[in-house]
Amino acid sequence: MLETQGSLDLSGDPRRLRHERTVRRVFLSAAVFTILVSVAIVLSLVGEAVAFLQSIASEVEEGLGSLFADGWFPRRDRFDLRTIVWHTLAVSGIAMTVATPLGLGAAIYLSEYAKPGVRRVLKPVLEILAGIPSVVLGYFALRFITPDILRNIWDTTQQSNLMAAGIGVGILIIPLVSSVSEDAMQAVPRSLREASYGLGAKKWHTSLRVVFPAALSGIVAALILGLSRSIGETMVVAIAAGATGGSLLQLSPLNGGQTMTGAMASLAIGSDQVAGGVAAFQSLFFVGLLLFLMTLVLNIGSERLVRRFRQKY
Amino acid sequence: MSTRMELASTVVEDAVSPGPSAGLAGSAGSSAIFEIQDLNVYYRDFHAVTDTSLNIYQNEITALIGPSGCGKSTVLRCLNRMNDLIDGARVEGRVTYHGIDLYGSSVDPVEVRRRVGMVFQKPNPFPKSIYENIVFGPRVAGWKGNFDDLVEETLVRAALWDEVKDKLENSAFDLSGGQQQRLCIARAIATSPDVVLMDEPCSALDPIATYRIETLMRELKKQYTIVVVTHNMQQAARVSDRTAFFSVDVGEEGQRTGRLVEYDMTDRVFTAPSMKETEDYITGRFG
Ligand SMILES: Nc1ncnc2c1ncn2[C@@H]1O[C@H](COP(=O)(O)OP(=O)(O)O)[C@@H](O)[C@H]1O
Ligand SMILES: [Mg+2]
Repeated sequence: MLETQGSLDLSGDPRRLRHERTVRRVFLSAAVFTILVSVAIVLSLVGEAVAFLQSIASEVEEGLGSLFADGWFPRRDRFDLRTIVWHTLAVSGIAMTVATPLGLGAAIYLSEYAKPGVRRVLKPVLEILAGIPSVVLGYFALRFITPDILRNIWDTTQQSNLMAAGIGVGILIIPLVSSVSEDAMQAVPRSLREASYGLGAKKWHTSLRVVFPAALSGIVAALILGLSRSIGETMVVAIAAGATGGSLLQLSPLNGGQTMTGAMASLAIGSDQVAGGVAAFQSLFFVGLLLFLMTLVLNIGSERLVRRFRQKY
Repeated sequence: MSTRMELASTVVEDAVSPGPSAGLAGSAGSSAIFEIQDLNVYYRDFHAVTDTSLNIYQNEITALIGPSGCGKSTVLRCLNRMNDLIDGARVEGRVTYHGIDLYGSSVDPVEVRRRVGMVFQKPNPFPKSIYENIVFGPRVAGWKGNFDDLVEETLVRAALWDEVKDKLENSAFDLSGGQQQRLCIARAIATSPDVVLMDEPCSALDPIATYRIETLMRELKKQYTIVVVTHNMQQAARVSDRTAFFSVDVGEEGQRTGRLVEYDMTDRVFTAPSMKETEDYITGRFG
């Protein structure tokens, strides 16, 4: 029993309490500010996108049909979404074809094969790769991948082409794919590896039949993140795939073409060009909103997978 | 009676053949499967186990007991070269398995582990179905045969069949802790090993589950040789044929090194230990 029970005061130091309230308010306002900015961006995107639809509906000859016109030439009121969406998917598909085997291979090597010393050196090196500015990779694709590699294989390759852009974006997302999936593999409990080795499994079997499946949701999340990043990547495609004003739908990735991000970038370069038409300017926001929705869906998907993965262990 | 064994990696075909079959009952005539001579184990420059020599006999249960940190798990893991997986672990001395030097240069640890299975302290089933857990070992060993029959046979031997026969496709995680551990034992014997190593297999289980596993161990020793690490003295007394008691020496700089104090038939160790240290430990006067 406390002797001072009669006058026991548990109300705490008022100065400390005030301090804690202030700190809380500071952090709260930072959080609220961030959310407000995001909401404002989305609202402005939606507003301009709606305005774009209204203006092509009322001012352009083909109306909303111009969204499915022949090619993407915004200053000529041709806004074919199929063209830029297809080109974006082509670039992302090529990028994932490059980044999936290399990224996962690197992740398996680092997580399961590399000796701790090797790993300590290689992991940061890989992460430095993530810091290469995408503009550098864009020129790498334009000046090296296209002339020195692609042209040697297919001599009809155009100077600007989707293939080089796809490979460049693929290289760009390798570090992301490998480091997120390596984290997922590292999170697989040591006891599972021991169980596998204890049963006489080789390293190869342990990696592929135990660690890989146990980390699968994390690995899929890494791939989705990579895909989402490749869809949103701008600089590499703008430089390597064609910074021209517009393009026709290209089925061959060896031809140059405008992707969603590439289209936005070239619209935004130099205000005099954007001034060509009101709708052209607003189409930027419409495409931006589409991009945003695509990456949002992918990010939510990967977020879910990562959470499911965490629950399992 | 020990079978000539080839542990080089080139021999895969007989990886899942039954081990040497049960021979003599009792212990008097059993032959040594493992001979450990002057074993010293280091983790980097930490000397974990010093000068240990003991033999493990066929179709017996050998218990390793002693205070925590005395190197029981370390010694156990030398028997299937699991210590190879630990960065910085170094094994000195001689460990032979059926007369073959386990640490000889031509020995492939993968081949060793197919014959010397292991069950761990915490049940560690794979996040796969019960069925897939059982067939994992044989499958990675390239075994060709009827997996359905193998699963049933194995689960029957592990006394788990009746409890799981209707849910073989369910996740192993749906089982209780005790069932998971028996599944891990079943998984270990699915490759028809010769020896099963168990590292405190019951320490995470309740008394009933523990009792079941002890019953299972007594059943399994007819076919296999078992080496079990246990914290639980009664368990060692109940199930084992021989007991090795380890202790820890604390050096001048506080480094703790494990040492084998006494190794004998279990009833002797528990009723008439020859060392005072053993007696103190089993009567609970320290440790
Ligand atoms: N992987 C490891 N790395 C470094 N030291 C270890 C490792 N495993 C065990 N040790 C040390 O070796 C000693 C013996 O450990 P262990 O064999 O696990 O003892 P026991 O199983 O008897 O409790 C302990 O001091 C422990 O800290
Ligand atoms: Mg232990």
